[in-house]
Amino acid sequence: MTELRSAPHERLGLSVESIMLNVVLALLPIALFSIWLYGLSALVLLLTSVIVCLATERLFNHLSGQSSTLGDWSAMITGILLALVLPPSFPLWMTAVAAVAAMGLGKILFGGLGMNVFNPALVGRAFVQAAFPSAIATWVPSYAPNRFHEFIPTTLTPPLMIPPDITAWTKAVSADAFTGATPLAMWKFQHQLTAPEDLILGIATASVGETSAMLILVCGLYLALRGMLDWRIPVGMMGSAIALAYAFHLYNPDFFPPPFFVLLSGGLMLGALFMATDMATSPVTPLAVWVYAILIGLVTVLIRYFGGLSEGVMYAILFGNALAPLLDRSLPTRVFGRRKARKVAS
Amino acid sequence: MKPGEHPLTAFENFMEGIWKQNPVFVMVLGMCPTLAVTVSAINALGMGVATTFVLVFSCLLVSAIRNWVPKEVRIATYIVIIASFVTVVDYAIQALSLDLYEALGAFIQLIVVNCIILGRAEAHASKHPPLTAVVNALGMGIGFTIGLFALGSVREIFGAGSLFGIALFGPSFQPWIVMLLPPGGFFVLGAWLLLFAGWKQRKEAKDGA
Repeated sequence: MTELRSAPHERLGLSVESIMLNVVLALLPIALFSIWLYGLSALVLLLTSVIVCLATERLFNHLSGQSSTLGDWSAMITGILLALVLPPSFPLWMTAVAAVAAMGLGKILFGGLGMNVFNPALVGRAFVQAAFPSAIATWVPSYAPNRFHEFIPTTLTPPLMIPPDITAWTKAVSADAFTGATPLAMWKFQHQLTAPEDLILGIATASVGETSAMLILVCGLYLALRGMLDWRIPVGMMGSAIALAYAFHLYNPDFFPPPFFVLLSGGLMLGALFMATDMATSPVTPLAVWVYAILIGLVTVLIRYFGGLSEGVMYAILFGNALAPLLDRSLPTRVFGRRKARKVAS
Repeated sequence: MKPGEHPLTAFENFMEGIWKQNPVFVMVLGMCPTLAVTVSAINALGMGVATTFVLVFSCLLVSAIRNWVPKEVRIATYIVIIASFVTVVDYAIQALSLDLYEALGAFIQLIVVNCIILGRAEAHASKHPPLTAVVNALGMGIGFTIGLFALGSVREIFGAGSLFGIALFGPSFQPWIVMLLPPGGFFVLGAWLLLFAGWKQRKEAKDGA
C-alpha cells in the first residue's frame, strides 16, 4: 500500500552505520585471505588491532562523558585497515601502540568520527613507521608450512622489547630464495621486477592485507556499485599513477618499471579503494575529488621513484587528506541557476 | 595590579611561575628550547638551570636600574643585560661539562631571545623592587625547569629506555625513535598541555559547583 509522505524522500535508507557496516563486510574477504596467507600471526594481529582500537575509543568516550560511539562501526574499520597495512610479522605490542595512536591521535583528539583531518589507520601506521622503523620493514614469506600451528617468532615479542631476529626462521620456512624485501623494495634497491601474476594473486611479500590486488579490487567494486564509495577517487588515483608511470617508462624503459607494476605492487590498490575514499577525510565537491585523487596518485609515484622509502601511498594519502578541506573551499560546485558562484562576503 | 586586588605575598609571588603562570604549561612561552633540547632528562635540566640563572640575574639588574633607564631604550638595555648573563652561562657550561655544552648546542646562546626572560623583565622586573623581582624570577625559572624536565624525562624514557642515562628496561629495550625526533617533542608537549587543561577544567567545574 502506498503512503503519502512529505519531502525529503529517503529512498535507500543509507545511514552512517549501514555504510560503515558494508565497508566492514567488504574488508572481511581481504582479512580472511590474509589469515589464509599468514596464519595465526595475521589472525592475532587483526584481533589486537581491532580490540585496541575499540577499547581506545570506548575509553575516550568514557573520559569525555559521551555515550559509546562504538555502534557506528568506524572504530572497527580503523582497526581492520590498520592491521591490513602492517607487516605480518609486526609484534603485537607495537600493533597496540599503533592502534592507540590511530584512534587517539588520528581521530578522537580531532573530535571523533567526521571531524578527523587524517585517515586514522594511516596516522597509526605513520606513527609506528617513525617509532619502529626496523620492525615495520621486516617481511616474512606467505604460505609458511606451519602457519596455522605456530606464530611468526616476532609476533609475541614481550612489550617494550626489541623483536628477535627472524632471518633463520624465514630461511627455514621458505622453499625458494626469500629475499625479505617487498616487490617495490626489490625494484628500488636491487632492480628486480616481480611477476605480475604473483602480485595479482597475492604471492608477493607485502603487508598483511595488500597482497592480492584482484581481491581488493573485487571488494572495492562491491562498495562502488552500492554507491558507498566515490568511484572518482580510485579511478583518478590509479589513472594518474598509471599515466605518470607510463610517461616515465617511455622516457627510460630500462630504469623505470612498466605501469602495471606500479598499479599492482605495494598498497596502491588498498589505498585507492579503502583509504583515500574515507568519507571524513576526502573532499566533497566533484572537481575537488578529482584533483585530490590525481594528486595522491602522482605523489605516490614520485615518492616511490625519487623518495628515500620504497612505498609512498601512505604519505601521499596523508598529504591529500591535509589538502582536502582547502580543495573543497577553492573548488566549490556551481550554484544551480547561476552563471558564476557569487563571492561570499567575508 | 587591578584595583581591589591585594598584593601578592612573597610565597604567592614565588609560586606564580611554578603553578598558576607556568611558562611551559600555562603561558606556552619559550617553545624553541622546550621542543629542541628536551631529548633527555639531563639536557632538559641543564637548559632549565641555565635559563633560571639568566632569568634571576637579569631580573635583579633590570629591577635595580628600573628608575634610571629611559623608556625609549629599555628593550635594548634589557637585551644587553640578558646577553651578558647568557655569555657567562655559555662559558660556565663549557667549563663544567663539555658533553652538555655540545648537546645543547646553539640553544644556550639562544637563551638571549627566550621570550620568558624578556617578558619577565618587561612585565614584572621593570615595575617591582629587586627582591620581589628575584623571587618572581626564581619561581618562573623553576617552573620552566619543571616544564622542560617533564618533557625531557618522558622523551628519554620512551626514546632511549633510560632516565639520566640509567637504563630502565634492560638491554633489549626497543627505543621509540619518534620520541627523539621533533614530532615526539610536539606529541609529548601536547599530551602535557592536554593533561593540565583537563585538570584545570575539572577543578573549575568543582569550584563552580
